[in-house]
Amino acid sequence: MLSSQIKSNEIDFGSCNKDLLEEIIFYGIELGADFVEIFIENTDNSSVLAEEDFITSVSPSFGRGAGIRIFKEKKDGFVSTNDLTKHGLMRSVSQAIEMLDITENKKRKVFNGLNKHRDYSLSKKKWINEVPSIHEISEKLLVSTKSLKKNNKIKTRKGSYSRNLQEVIIASSDGTYVSDIRLHQTVGLNVIASDAQYRSSGSRRFGSSGMPNEFRLWDHEKAANDVFESSMNMLYADYVDAGQMPVVLANKFGGVIFHEACGHLLETTQIERGTTPFENKLNEKIAHESVTAIDEGISEGSFGSLSVDDEGMEPEKSVLIKDGILKKFISDRAGELRTGHKRTGSGRRQNYSFAAASRMRNTFIAKGEYSKEDLINSISDGLYCKSMGGGSVGSTGQFNFAVEEGYLIKNGKLTNPVKGATLIGEAKEVMPKISMCGNDLELAPGFCGSISGSVNVTVGQPHIKVDSITVGGR
Amino acid sequence: MNSREITTQISEAAGSLNLSKWDYGASFSNDYSVQVDKGEAKQLKASQKQILTLRVWNQSNLVGITTTSDISESGIKKALKQANIASNFGNKNESTEFSSLAKDPIKVIEIKKRSPVGIKKLLTLLREAEVKLIESHESIKSVPYNGLSESFFERVYANSDGAFRSYTKSQAALYLYARAEEKNKKPRSSGSVKLGYGVEDLDIESCIKDASNKTISHLNYSSIKTDKYLICFSPESFITIINAFSSMFNARSILDGVSLSNKNSIGEKLSTEALNIYDDGLHEKNISSSPFDGEGTPTKRLCLINKGRIKNFIHSESTARIFKTIPTGHAGLGSKVSVSPDWIVVEKSKENFDLKTSLDHSNYEGEFVYIEELNAIHAGVRASQGSFSLPFDGWLYKNGKKISIESATVAGDIKYLLKNIVNIEPSQEVTTSGISPHIWVDELSITGDE
Repeated sequence: MLSSQIKSNEIDFGSCNKDLLEEIIFYGIELGADFVEIFIENTDNSSVLAEEDFITSVSPSFGRGAGIRIFKEKKDGFVSTNDLTKHGLMRSVSQAIEMLDITENKKRKVFNGLNKHRDYSLSKKKWINEVPSIHEISEKLLVSTKSLKKNNKIKTRKGSYSRNLQEVIIASSDGTYVSDIRLHQTVGLNVIASDAQYRSSGSRRFGSSGMPNEFRLWDHEKAANDVFESSMNMLYADYVDAGQMPVVLANKFGGVIFHEACGHLLETTQIERGTTPFENKLNEKIAHESVTAIDEGISEGSFGSLSVDDEGMEPEKSVLIKDGILKKFISDRAGELRTGHKRTGSGRRQNYSFAAASRMRNTFIAKGEYSKEDLINSISDGLYCKSMGGGSVGSTGQFNFAVEEGYLIKNGKLTNPVKGATLIGEAKEVMPKISMCGNDLELAPGFCGSISGSVNVTVGQPHIKVDSITVGGR
Repeated sequence: MNSREITTQISEAAGSLNLSKWDYGASFSNDYSVQVDKGEAKQLKASQKQILTLRVWNQSNLVGITTTSDISESGIKKALKQANIASNFGNKNESTEFSSLAKDPIKVIEIKKRSPVGIKKLLTLLREAEVKLIESHESIKSVPYNGLSESFFERVYANSDGAFRSYTKSQAALYLYARAEEKNKKPRSSGSVKLGYGVEDLDIESCIKDASNKTISHLNYSSIKTDKYLICFSPESFITIINAFSSMFNARSILDGVSLSNKNSIGEKLSTEALNIYDDGLHEKNISSSPFDGEGTPTKRLCLINKGRIKNFIHSESTARIFKTIPTGHAGLGSKVSVSPDWIVVEKSKENFDLKTSLDHSNYEGEFVYIEELNAIHAGVRASQGSFSLPFDGWLYKNGKKISIESATVAGDIKYLLKNIVNIEPSQEVTTSGISPHIWVDELSITGDE
């Protein structure tokens, strides 16, 4: 069945590796594994930092590695290595087998060889020559940081760029044999403003996947104006008074509320742990009827988009919540095996040293019918969160996230800027309180850290109104 | 290749590229970890990792860098070539040199060599720990976050001037986070982490006990009224907040304009004269100690705050030169060298001054909030502005009773916090990131659900 003549003794990204991969998978099945998966990557990354009017850091990096995962019933063993030789990969398989304590092999699974190669990388091999050079990046970053110098209150100006080019080969004992190239570019601007005892900061990040020309098209002037205005608006802001109040969350990165408050709890890893309150709520109402939420990996150019996930499955568009009713969980291979929820093309990992897990991709609340003004006008005393910082969710569903730029709402109008606000709550309690969704859906890029490392995602939403939430302040 | 062979390889390859000045840092590790779920092995993991960071200086003395996991002969050559290209974009305004201390003697803490116990043993120990924790209280239903790991690694620094230093080490870690559920109540969760040089050094029983006691102690909870409170920071939470604002002592952050301090802040009074803070990477309780930093500078104890005043900043080679002092052993190795603290030691100085010594977390009968653990540091700290707004786990002590706080944040300003320290308890406790006594602070804002 399998070629006994192994043509290569090492993974070669420029060549066909089918025979070698088949031999390694067959070796694992022979030893008693139910399932064998090999994930191999080759990376070529670089980052550039501009501070004030100078380039202060240029950091290229490259590397190769493999992650081998073996399943036996519902257990899995994962071994990662930098050794891509046949010997090194087989040693990793043996190690995973040994870890799982597989000694008997009465019910041997059948491996019929790898399917026809699905090569998603063919049209992408040229990307490495199309992305901007370090010189070009440096020039544009310096222009960008110069654009931030709009008055003498701006004390610190930074522009940063990073590019990750990841070539992957994924092969597994169900026949999956896939290659792909992923390109992610991100650029950020940051300022710190000060005047006497007053200090503020402003930041914005932009990102794309699979679009080598995107950095060249980035409107740095618009970005610089936005960051500058944000820092100036917040410079003399008072600290927000703490308490329970209605809030309007802006579109784009405002979507971090759904990501933290609900999205993580819809990943099958949370069902496996028993840490999601939504485990048995499929087809039940878990949110206000105005909420429809989606997770997908297919929007062209979005930071969380993929041609194929890290387990070789094409990503699907998953409607998680439809009109407030829970419809689907975000699932990977282990999630399907352990919870029964079908895979959604969401098996993701930071790199070869992590086993894939169910992770969000582009996650957003769908647009509604209201204008931003409708939402604000509906509040007599509350908070408008124009720009959000990071956030997190705890093991009992408590979430929190920081408000970078906020304004008080008084009698349906935006009034004074306020700083120091943190929104805290619990997913189960806040989702039914999202009572109005605007018609201005937009996405924003971000990084999400979880069980399988840091992955690129987008969050998004239109402007939304939360009827009541705890605002931490002073 | 071993580390000596890699050094020779780099030296020869650099020579062939006419690169006469270079240095590198490398690490090689073997890691093993297990997770369990209700008695079953969940994920078992092993990894072999190698990472090499190479810097080269071009003829204009500008530095370029490359990082790679490919430590083959061709990988090293490629890294040198890339670093050489990157050096064309080297920072002309701030030069980088070898640390003047890169050949000074280093102090390596002598510990007994540990050997891997293996995945099976790790799994057995963790299964037992999970069972004991679940059996410790009827309300503890699961241990959703758990892990037992052991790591064996070598770190190396070498440069073209003949500096070469390396050390090998092992480390083991156990974490257990339990989830408790009671009828008509919200689930509550808490846990414990223990570190050791090897698995045999881990105090597994005390990890189980701590995780159980902490989780159970949060079962009876209540919301808290939004107001200003007298706060007692646990040793862990106080070290967390000091680390979050360590840019106050960080010369790199000062030069970058993102610190609350400036070049002239040495001597500035930040707190009560009873407060001393050190960074002591070689402290005997620091399991993660490293005898040298990314630039090869020996690690040492450094006083950051002495009797309430800023005493020293932490430095890399380049920041030390700018500040006209010597490197302190806190550098990373990068295109732009980062600086960070190792292991914070907080202590009460010999001066008592105006401390309210009656404030003792074990017997104080007045009302106060005890902050056990601060969460979401990455989201709630504005280090460049000095402000924080952080969720926490803790208790309200009132009328002689202790009740867990359901969901709340503590907010304030780090300088206000340090100035409002009203007591430093005499005894210190060891945590995973430093040592500190309990610290009492007056009048910090707490936001609760009431």
